[in-house]
Amino acid sequence: MNVLIYLVPIALALGMTALFAFMWSLKNGQYEDSEGPAHRILSDEDVKK
Amino acid sequence: MSDALTTVDFSSFVRSAEQGRASMDLALDGVDCATCMDDIEGTMQKVAGVVSARLNLTTHRLRLVWEPEATNASALVAALAKGGYRAYPFEQSRVEQEETRRTQWLLKCLGVAGFAAMNIMLLSVSVWSGNVTDITPETRDFFHWLSALIALPAAAYAGQPFFRSALASMRAGKLNMDFPISLGILLALSMSVVETALHGEEAYFDSAIMLLLFLLAGRYLDQAMRKRTRAAAGNLAALKGEVAQRLNAEGALTAVPVSALNKGDHILVRPGDRVPADGVILSGSSEIDTSLVTGETMRARVGEGARVYAGSMNFEGALTVEVTAAGEGTMLDEVARLVEKAGEARSRYMRLADRAARVYAPIVHVTAASTLIFWLLMGAGAHHSIIIAISVLIITCPCALALAVPAVQVVAAGHLFRAGIFLNNADALERLAEIDTIVFDKTGTLTLPDPNVVNAGALEPELLRRAARLALSSRHPLALAVSRLVVDAAPFESVEEVAGAGVRALVDGVELRLGSAEFCDAHVHQPSSADVSLIYVRFGEERAAIEIRQSLRPDAFAIVETLRQRGFDLRIFSGDRPEAVAPLARQLGIERADGGMNPAQKIAAIEALRDQGRKVLMVGDGINDAPALAAAYASLSPITAADLAQAQADAVFLSDRLAPVAQALEIARQSRALMRQNLWISVLYNTFAVPLAIAGYVTPLIAAAAMSGSSIIVTLNALRMRGVARKDQAERAPVAPLSVATQEHRA
Repeated sequence: MNVLIYLVPIALALGMTALFAFMWSLKNGQYEDSEGPAHRILSDEDVKK
Repeated sequence: MSDALTTVDFSSFVRSAEQGRASMDLALDGVDCATCMDDIEGTMQKVAGVVSARLNLTTHRLRLVWEPEATNASALVAALAKGGYRAYPFEQSRVEQEETRRTQWLLKCLGVAGFAAMNIMLLSVSVWSGNVTDITPETRDFFHWLSALIALPAAAYAGQPFFRSALASMRAGKLNMDFPISLGILLALSMSVVETALHGEEAYFDSAIMLLLFLLAGRYLDQAMRKRTRAAAGNLAALKGEVAQRLNAEGALTAVPVSALNKGDHILVRPGDRVPADGVILSGSSEIDTSLVTGETMRARVGEGARVYAGSMNFEGALTVEVTAAGEGTMLDEVARLVEKAGEARSRYMRLADRAARVYAPIVHVTAASTLIFWLLMGAGAHHSIIIAISVLIITCPCALALAVPAVQVVAAGHLFRAGIFLNNADALERLAEIDTIVFDKTGTLTLPDPNVVNAGALEPELLRRAARLALSSRHPLALAVSRLVVDAAPFESVEEVAGAGVRALVDGVELRLGSAEFCDAHVHQPSSADVSLIYVRFGEERAAIEIRQSLRPDAFAIVETLRQRGFDLRIFSGDRPEAVAPLARQLGIERADGGMNPAQKIAAIEALRDQGRKVLMVGDGINDAPALAAAYASLSPITAADLAQAQADAVFLSDRLAPVAQALEIARQSRALMRQNLWISVLYNTFAVPLAIAGYVTPLIAAAAMSGSSIIVTLNALRMRGVARKDQAERAPVAPLSVATQEHRA
């Protein structure tokens, strides 16, 4: 069962990455508009900076 | 509207952004398609000085950032208006900010619980399959410790919403649903740690975290729906776009948003304006219509020193008013006091879920305790007995029970939302379902808030059309009523307004006049009833009197009839004169109608009904209705209602029809039935699962399966309502379509 020694940390690290990605997206305001992005992707014009 | 906006001073809404830029949030009306987004953002970005324009399609709000040197807020609002979008700056209310913060917090908890549940499940499944094959005790212990390492911090974080609420309820001395939940989770976790330390085969980390995940999902959905409702209500409030004319020290006028008015400001109220804030008249005299305030439809004469209340319509002369703080006025004081007193009764209402919890929690805890004693007496040993007792607690942990009510509420709130009804209170649905008596206010509730022409059929159509086009040029309230007769018509050119008399214009070389009888040189017409106001029109030698009155909502007859057939007892309590109330009640076939009631009398009448054991729904809009709205078992207000009334209503409906009242009651009734069904499903689930647990057959695997199974069943049952309500709406649609297309879409 030595394989566990690196598989378990990898599994946990992947899980944590996903959690951090979620927290980042939340903080970034990506859940504030759930309808707009679906239409925004069809727009030809790029958003001006 | 648009030309009025260009001069409004929006500085109170503008915030400073990075790099010396200014930013502002706007509520938008008429955003109903995907292309609108491109259109709005594109148009606004082309305006010189605009740095960014971003539309949120969920909340229908636009955030603009611009260079203050290049443009200003009112120019931007005007640019939007030119593009056909009604926009108005708005500021998030404190309640909405709080809801937003809570939604984010729940989402974070949900994320953490989701992460933990997935990882622990991964370990648990390995242990379950290992237990029936060849897992070594060392590997199992390692997996259990690893689970504990993930579960304990995750539960400490993600469990906060429940632990806090349970603590609060314990302090208040009445246990709510969160108490058994918290207890179940904590016991499951501590038992699992002990088991792991003792090299046991089974640990319940996965059950505890999964329970959290399901419950958080329910909470989040509930919260998200509430936030959405709140945002829509915030937009509506902003889009009313009320503007006041403020006089500065030099006597110059600036248009400012009503929300920017301060106590002590001097404002000018022109004829045809609604009084924007409570105050005292400094100079001028006029006739005002206080129907939104008192329900009285007869106009009152006011002069210097008189108090005026927000929402009153000024008819004749310009008034200078000093703004006083809300609540300072004698009538508002009285109303506020009554509201406070009346609201106490309602706060004692206990929600269905909490009532269930109150019965449920002791039963569960007694069962667990007796299981422990039973196994001890059977000689099973302390360790084994405790494990079985705790597995009883876990299996009964009210996963389905706690999802039963919120799941239905989310679906019901969605239906109400689409029907144009916004809930103010989460428990309003349950209360609405129990109603047996409905009390209507008359003015602004059964009738439309604005007066309408009532004798249009008796007049020459062409003359009436001309009168309506001419009326477009006047701000007089009676003229406004006439002008509503035409759609898409342009006003005449070179219209002359004669102060205190009327308006005139030359049409095809013939003079057209609209105004008083003398102005039109007409015979004084005898109005058909006491509450009718008259305005005269003259075109060449043609003359006619136009009768204007507050008329019934278009579907009032149909809805009153529907409600009566459904067995509700209907009544009218009005602040208007009894002579004005009686004919209308007769028309609608409502037998019990009382007029001339003041706020205290309305409360007394509602309390008398309550003492007879009735559950009263109050539907009203005036400030004078606010105490009655607070005193009634449940209450509804139209969106046109005075702010104070809206604040007391359980729900606000957005239509000039009465249909939402019937729809709200129907949806509430359905959702209550489903809530009950769900509670029974939970009970049924427990009657099967608990004996298994008591007998000691519940392993973590069975607990996980039972918990998710019951949660999914109650959620699916809640979703059933979607079908019922949609069919229901389709059937009713021809009778009562929602009035304004854009509003319906927003809903």
